[in-house]
Amino acid sequence: MSTPYAKLPGWVDYGLIPLINLLVAFLVAGLVVLLVGENPLNAAYYMVTGAFGRGEYLGFTLYYATTFIFTGLSVAVAFHAGLFNIGSEGQAYIGGIGVALACLWLDRILPWYFVLPIAALGAAFFGALWAFLPGWLQAKRGSHIVITTIMFNFIAASLMVYLLTKVLKPMGSMSPQTRTFEAGGRLPKLDWLMSLFGLNIGNAPFNISFLLALLAAFACWVLIWRTRFGFEMRTMGHSPSAARYAGISETRITIVVMMISGALAGLMALNPIMGEQARMQLDFVQGAGFVGIAVALMGRSHPAGIIPAAILFGMLYQGGAEIAFEMPAISRDMIVIIQGLVILFAGALENMFRPAIGRLFAGLASRAPAASQAKGA
Amino acid sequence: MSDIAIELKGIDKRFGLVHANKAIDLKVRKGTIHGIIGENGAGKSTLMSILYGFYQADSGEILIDGQPVTIKDPNAAIAAGIGMVHQHFMLVDNFTVLENVMLGAEDSQILNASIAKARVELKRLEREYALEVNPDALIEELPVGLQQRVEILKALYRKADILILDEPTGVLTPPEADHLFRILAQLKAQGKTIILITHKLREIMAITDEVSVMRRGEMVATRQTKATSVEELAELMVGRRVLLRVDKGPASPGAVKLKVENLTVRDGRGVTMVDNVSFELKAGEIVGIAGVAGNGQSELLEAISGIRRAAGGRVMLNGTAVDVTGKADPADLRQRGLAHVPEDRHHVGLVLKFEEAENAILGYHREPRYGRGPFLDIPAIRREAEEKIGRYDIRPPNPRLKTANFSGGNQQKIVLAREMERGPDVLIIGQPTRGVDVGAIEFIHKRIIEMRDQGVAVLLVSVELDEIRALSDRILVMFAGRVVGERGADAAEGELGLLMAGIDGKMEAAQ
Repeated sequence: MSTPYAKLPGWVDYGLIPLINLLVAFLVAGLVVLLVGENPLNAAYYMVTGAFGRGEYLGFTLYYATTFIFTGLSVAVAFHAGLFNIGSEGQAYIGGIGVALACLWLDRILPWYFVLPIAALGAAFFGALWAFLPGWLQAKRGSHIVITTIMFNFIAASLMVYLLTKVLKPMGSMSPQTRTFEAGGRLPKLDWLMSLFGLNIGNAPFNISFLLALLAAFACWVLIWRTRFGFEMRTMGHSPSAARYAGISETRITIVVMMISGALAGLMALNPIMGEQARMQLDFVQGAGFVGIAVALMGRSHPAGIIPAAILFGMLYQGGAEIAFEMPAISRDMIVIIQGLVILFAGALENMFRPAIGRLFAGLASRAPAASQAKGA
Repeated sequence: MSDIAIELKGIDKRFGLVHANKAIDLKVRKGTIHGIIGENGAGKSTLMSILYGFYQADSGEILIDGQPVTIKDPNAAIAAGIGMVHQHFMLVDNFTVLENVMLGAEDSQILNASIAKARVELKRLEREYALEVNPDALIEELPVGLQQRVEILKALYRKADILILDEPTGVLTPPEADHLFRILAQLKAQGKTIILITHKLREIMAITDEVSVMRRGEMVATRQTKATSVEELAELMVGRRVLLRVDKGPASPGAVKLKVENLTVRDGRGVTMVDNVSFELKAGEIVGIAGVAGNGQSELLEAISGIRRAAGGRVMLNGTAVDVTGKADPADLRQRGLAHVPEDRHHVGLVLKFEEAENAILGYHREPRYGRGPFLDIPAIRREAEEKIGRYDIRPPNPRLKTANFSGGNQQKIVLAREMERGPDVLIIGQPTRGVDVGAIEFIHKRIIEMRDQGVAVLLVSVELDEIRALSDRILVMFAGRVVGERGADAAEGELGLLMAGIDGKMEAAQ
């Protein structure tokens, strides 16, 4: 026997186990709903129909998913280098400045397809800048990135309150937000994509930044698994001592990876600012940076896992809002509990069922020992 | 009362897909020293862990003194009279010997009475078994050999009649090992039963009465030690004939390739680990550095290869200076012809979660042939990995398999293939065969000699004195960070052993 560690087939590792975790999360969530005195089956029905039942609902689900893809990728890229970036929230928030500046400057002059690349660069630049500081502090000063990024979230929030009340707010306005952008600062909806499937997008803000998110996911895959830099960051993520041995600069990787992570988080700002509101509002990130952590965990930090995980969380947001609407006994906070359970089972307790499933497969494998031995020889 | 202290019947244990113990039968006679040998991963440690209650067998029976017992945890094992001395000591460093011996065996919450009792008991044990050690010394201040003695005392204090020792000599100098064997003989004379787990055949021959050989989870043979030979045991362990001697011709040293002058290295706490070390390494020779683990060899290798900053000194590679106290960079040194097989392949030499092909380029991943611009050419990398797999007989021959799924010997071959195939000028190798099975050792030794014969300058560090003596053309002995002696390849083992223990005419005069 040449394999010292029991290995599970890929489809079990990446398919079956997450699915079981998810089912258990929903079962426990069902118990909570039961406890409140509502029928969990009804809740499940509202959840699913509320998220996918109509073109408009699906549009909202995918709108949320777009945001979560960006923040999920942001967390995942850092994670591959062994860096736990808790600051996607703040980086996305600051990234908004880049989007807002581009739109405020150009929305009356240029059409959206010229503004979008500039806004995207601006978002990435500001997001990267906000991640550069914690990255630099960790690489050069040894301040732990988890602590600094959390602190930078608060600094970002305060900074944005200042900017939106004192600097970016138009004169005479009473709400903390920029002026509404003209046509050049608004992204087109993906109504044509929906209508390909015979669906009507309705009022859903599902927009072109979704395609940008898919592009970003592919770019992340290339970066992580097909470039020399990705090789270096994965080496550092798995084994800092091996990275040192290979002559990989920890300082450089830490700073650059954090900037890439921040840039991805910053790109998220395109979706709510240019895609929905056509202005930058206070607190437009709404916790998406933290949801990104759950999405990255659930998606196993792989772009191909992050996209479905982001859609799942989009469903929880959109379908959850529908439950809260249809079942008054279930408040918005209950939805947060359900999301929390998903994070708990899919993320933190990820390995709870693994040993049992491993034993199950070992049992199956030993029933056909002749076959496996023939393969080994 | 039966004559058998421990009997195992049909012990079977699986971990997931791995069948670690296959229906093991074993009888250990009372008052004997019973050796258990086998390669890494043969299942020795699993079997002993079952006996000591760390794992439960899936099926099978354990009999002690003829009585079937269930050992569900180490407490049950202790109650059944079994004591274990682990390979990595289970001692609290900032406790005294007495406190460590008592730990977990106190009579009540109030310690005074227990301490007094333990002190008396410890005195008696010391007298009875010649296990002298100061009960009030702190563990961290004791040398390794004495720490091991504390482990033995711990087991005896808990009234163990059966002692299991897991690779007890791995951390000892030859004189310390000899002392341990005398203690074991003493224990045996007092009627204790001892199970000795080791992969060192010479130890088995020296002190055991009987020996059982494990291979791939099975107990393949039990022999009277007197009636067997090293060759037979090696063959039983590996399952085929092995060459235990290394064939090599005389060295023909050429130009100096690596020159180390007054190198000093301190660790993070400022303790001097390498103290003013100087030596030269020539093309076409193997210089071995002997020494007990922890005497600065690791730090020396790390400083030369640019992983660790030196506090002072100079290193010349191929006639040009290496900035060892400042900006030495492993990637740069690699380009200048220095290849390094690190001591710790699990954490340093390999990334266990990478696939084999990825590890085959670790450190060389910036070379143009592995891709264009910033991108990696994965098919080319896998193709080259496949070639090396063929040349180094790495099994299973699959460049896409996760490195963790290769055996120790094959993992080491992955590192060796990567570092040797570049045609380096200087090859630094730390612990080339640690945790490597006997079959692979033969292959690795042959490759190292081949490298030498091709004119590579080889610096070899190993805690296996036999390995140093078999491969080296010159031997440097390190003790407490200093090179305390240089000897030829024909140096007697006893002489080297004394040097390794820091005992040497000059040293004594200095003290």
